[in-house]
Amino acid sequence: MPPPDTIAARRNEPTQKRPPTRRGRKAFTSATAALRNLWRRLTSMHTALVLLFLLTIAALPGALLPQWSTSRVNTSKYIADHPEIGPWLNRLGFFNVFSSPWFAAVYLLLFISLIGCVTPRSREILRQIRRGPPATAPRNLSRLPHHEALTAVGDAAHAGERIRGRLRRTGIGGWRTAMRHEPDGTVIVAAEKGYLRDVGNLVFHISLLALLLSTSVGSLFGYEGSVIITAGSGFCASSPIAYDDFRPGSMVNATTTTPFCVDVDAFHATYTEGGQATSFQADIRFQDGAALGTDTWQRRALEVNDPIRFSGDRLYLMGHGYTPTFRITYPNGAVRNYQQPFLPSDSLFTSEGAVKVTDPPGYPRDQLLKNQLAIVGVFAPTALLAGGVLSSGYPSQLSPGVAVDIYRGDLGMSTGRPQSVFAIDNTQVARGLLVKKAHAVLAPGQSTTLTDGTRITFTGAKEFVSLQTSYDPAQGWALVSVLFMIAGLMASLLIKRRRVWYRIRPEPAPPADPAGSLVIEVGGLARTDQAGYGREFPSLVALAEDPSSVSGRRPAAAVKGQ
Amino acid sequence: MVDVDSATAVWELGARISDFTFEGALAGYVTALACHAAELATRHAPRASTAAAAATTRARTAGAVAVITSDGGPDATDRDGRFAPDPAGAGWGERLGRAAIMVTAVGFGMNVASIVMRGLAAHRAPWGNMYEIASLICAIAAGAWLLVAARAHVRRMGVFVVFPIAVLSFVGGTVLYTPAGTLVPVLQSYWLVVHVLLVALSSGVLMLSGAASLMFIIRSRYERRVVNVADDRSFVARLPETATLDRIAYRTAIIGFPLFTFAVVAGALWAEASWGRYWGWDPKETTALVTWVLYAGYLHARATSGWRGSRAAWISILGFASIMFNLFFVNMVVSGLHSYAGLN
Ligand code: HEM
Repeated sequence: MPPPDTIAARRNEPTQKRPPTRRGRKAFTSATAALRNLWRRLTSMHTALVLLFLLTIAALPGALLPQWSTSRVNTSKYIADHPEIGPWLNRLGFFNVFSSPWFAAVYLLLFISLIGCVTPRSREILRQIRRGPPATAPRNLSRLPHHEALTAVGDAAHAGERIRGRLRRTGIGGWRTAMRHEPDGTVIVAAEKGYLRDVGNLVFHISLLALLLSTSVGSLFGYEGSVIITAGSGFCASSPIAYDDFRPGSMVNATTTTPFCVDVDAFHATYTEGGQATSFQADIRFQDGAALGTDTWQRRALEVNDPIRFSGDRLYLMGHGYTPTFRITYPNGAVRNYQQPFLPSDSLFTSEGAVKVTDPPGYPRDQLLKNQLAIVGVFAPTALLAGGVLSSGYPSQLSPGVAVDIYRGDLGMSTGRPQSVFAIDNTQVARGLLVKKAHAVLAPGQSTTLTDGTRITFTGAKEFVSLQTSYDPAQGWALVSVLFMIAGLMASLLIKRRRVWYRIRPEPAPPADPAGSLVIEVGGLARTDQAGYGREFPSLVALAEDPSSVSGRRPAAAVKGQ
Repeated sequence: MVDVDSATAVWELGARISDFTFEGALAGYVTALACHAAELATRHAPRASTAAAAATTRARTAGAVAVITSDGGPDATDRDGRFAPDPAGAGWGERLGRAAIMVTAVGFGMNVASIVMRGLAAHRAPWGNMYEIASLICAIAAGAWLLVAARAHVRRMGVFVVFPIAVLSFVGGTVLYTPAGTLVPVLQSYWLVVHVLLVALSSGVLMLSGAASLMFIIRSRYERRVVNVADDRSFVARLPETATLDRIAYRTAIIGFPLFTFAVVAGALWAEASWGRYWGWDPKETTALVTWVLYAGYLHARATSGWRGSRAAWISILGFASIMFNLFFVNMVVSGLHSYAGLN
C-alpha cells in the first residue's frame, strides 16, 4: 500500500493517455503527439509549481524597484541615479513590471496550465460524485491507517444493508455508498465522504481565473483622474482634459467618463500638539446625472476612507495643502489677485510652488514676453525662519509666511517644453530670458516693490484639496470572485475526503447457532494530505455493531492473516 | 466635560503599564528561550522510547518524508505516548522544559496585558504602528505555540519557536518602539482593526509553520545520516520526528494561509475605500502577493511527487521570510503608500 498522500498526489497528475492514432500521416501524428506531450507537460503539477515560482520571482522587481505606475518621481530619480543600468532596466520593463510582456507571459502560461488542469479534473469529480465510490475494497483492510475488527451474528447481506442505511443517515449529505456480494458470501460496503473538498478546490481555481479576468477588465476599461481644487472654487469633470492628471485604461476614450461637478466650500483639518493630523474633512457640493447644469447640489462632508459613490464612479479625498494668494499692483495702476496651490514637501506643510503671470496688464503685445512675472518660493503655514531658510513649524496656519523670488521675463510657455505647475522652467533662467528681480520674506499683508513700481503683496493662503475620481467596471466581479475563492479554499483545506470499507465475512457457523456468526472488518483511509481522519473512525466502527447481536470487538491482530 | 488633566494622567499611566508589561513579556520569552536551549543541551535527557525509534525507522524507510503514522489522527502521539514525558527521565532537562513552557505562558500573559493596556490608553485598536504590530504577532505566535505544545507534546520544538518570538519582541521593543499616540486620519478606520489583526494573526500562526519546517529540514537530514536515533546523543535526536513536524507545519499552514488570504482581501477592500483602487501594485501589496503565491506553492508542492518533504519545507520557510521582509524591509526601506511605520 502506498502512503495515502501518494494516492492523493497520483490523483492530481494528469494521467489520461489516449491510444496513439493508427492512421494518418506520420508527420501529422508525431506533430500532434508532440503537441499533446507539450500540453501534458504544461498542465502538470511540476510545471504549475515552477510557474508559481517564476511568478514570484517576476513580481519581485515590482516590489523592490520604483514603478512608473505608482511613483513617477521616484522612478525618474532612480533612472537618473543609475545612469548605467537605469535605462536598460527601463527598456526591459523593470519599472513597469506588471504590464511587461515577460510578466504577462508567466501568468498567461500559469493560467493556461490552470485551465488545462482544472478542466479534466472537473469532469472527473462530477463523475465521481454521480457514481459514488467503487464497490471494491483493498485486499488487506488491516493495513490501512485506521482499522478495527469485530464479530457479530446474523446474515452478511442484512448486516451490509444495515451498515449502509446507517451510513446514509450520518452527517450532512451523508456518505456515498456502494455494496458488493462476493461469490464466497462476503459482503463489501464501500463508502466515501467529503467530495466537497474537491468541489471546493475546483471552485477555488475557477474563481482565481474569474478574479484575473475581472482585474484585466478593470484595468482595460477603468480610469483614474486627479485634480487639485482650492477651497472656494470648483471643478466639472466634463472630459479627461478637465483633470490635472488622467490615467485611462487602454479601452477608455474621452466619451466614456462620467460627467459630474463638485465645488469645495471649505476644508478642515485638526492636529495634535505635535503636529500629527487627527482628522480631515472637506465640505463639498456635488451634482451628477440629471442634476448637472441645474441649481440642485448635494452637500456632503468628504473624508478619507469614505468616498462618494455615484453612477459607478467614486470620488476620493486624497490629500490637502495650501494655496498662497497674492495681489499684484502693476505700474499702470491695475490690481490683480492670484492664487496657486503649492506642493507640500514635508509633513508640516512647508510647501513649494510658483505663481506664473503670463499676461501682465498694461504692456503692449510685443513687450508681453519680456514682462511676464513669476513668484517662486516656499510657503509655510507656521513660518520659522532660520538662516534665511523658511520652513514650517506646525501644519495649520498659526503665522503663515512666504519666502519668494520674483522673476521677470519670458516664462517659456510657448517653447513647447512641458512645465510643472509648481516650478518655473530653469532653462529660461539659465539662458538669461527670465531674471530674478527681488527676494522677499513676507507675512500676510506685507509686500515687496520692484524697481518699476510693481508691488507684490502676500495676502494669505487658502486650503486646497486633491481629489481623485476612480472608475472600475469590474470591481464588483472581483469581489464576488474573491469571495468564492475563499469559500473554495476553506472547503478544500478543511474538509477531509475519506473512505471507509466494511468487509463482512460469514464464518463457518457452529451448528448451535443457525443465524451464523460474522467477522466485520472496518478500514478507514483519509485521502487528504495530513488532515487526518480525526475522531470519526470509532463512530464508524460503532455503526457496524448491532446492539442485539454483537459479541464483541476483536483486536485487529486476531483476524490478521485469516 | 472631560477633565483634561486626569485624562492625560490615565493615558500616561496606561501607556507606562503597557511598556512595563511588554518588557516583562520580552524577559519571559528570553528566559524561556534559555530554558529550552538548556533542556536540549542537557545530556541527561530521556532516551527516546522504542516506539519512537520504530516510528523513526519507518519514516526513514519511506524516504524520510511525510508518512502518516499509525493512524494519522491528531491525538495519535498522545495516545500511544510517544512524546509523553518519560517518567524515568524527569531530571533537569524535563524540569527546564516545563519551566520554559511556564515562563512562555507568563510572557504571553504580559504580552497580552501590554497590548490591552495600550489599547485602553490610546482609545483605539492597539495595532497602528510597527511596534504594536510586532508585539501583536509575538503574542499570537506565543499563544498558538502554547496551544500546540499543550496538544501535541512537542515541547522540544521550543527553541525554534521561541527564538523568532524573542527576536521579534526584542526588535519591537528597541528599534521599532513608538510611544502610545493617535493615528493619522487614513488609519482611523474599522478596516485597520480587521486588516491588521488578520495580518498579525496569520503571521503569528505561519511563524509556527516556518519554525516547524525548519526543524523538519534539520531533522530529516539527521535521520538520513544517523541510523540509530535511540542511542544518539546529539540534540537533534531529541527533536520531534519528521512526521510530527511535518504535520504541525501543515496544520498551522492551512489555518494561517486562509487567514492571510482574508488579510489580503481586507487590505484590498480598505485600499478601495482609501486609495481609490483595490489593487495598485504598491510594494506592500506586491510582496503580499509573492507571499501568498509562495504558500500556494507550498500546498502544491506537498501534492506533487518529488517536491514533498524538504523541498516543500523550504518553500514554507521562504513564505515566512517574505512575511518578515514585507513587515520590515518594505516598511522601512521601500517607500510606498503603507507609511504607517511610525518611524519616519
Ligand atoms: C495562480 C495559480 C495557482 C494558485 C494561486 C493556486 C492555489 C492553490 C491552493 C491555495 C491550493 C490549496 C488547496 C488544497 O490544498 O487543496 C491549491 C490546490 C491545488 N491546485 Fe492550485 N493554484 C494555482 C494553479 C494551479 C495549477 C496551474 C494547477 C494544475 C497544474 C493546480 C492544481 C491544483 C491541485 C491539483 C490542487 C489540489 C492539491 C491537493 O489535492 O491537495 N493549481 N491550489
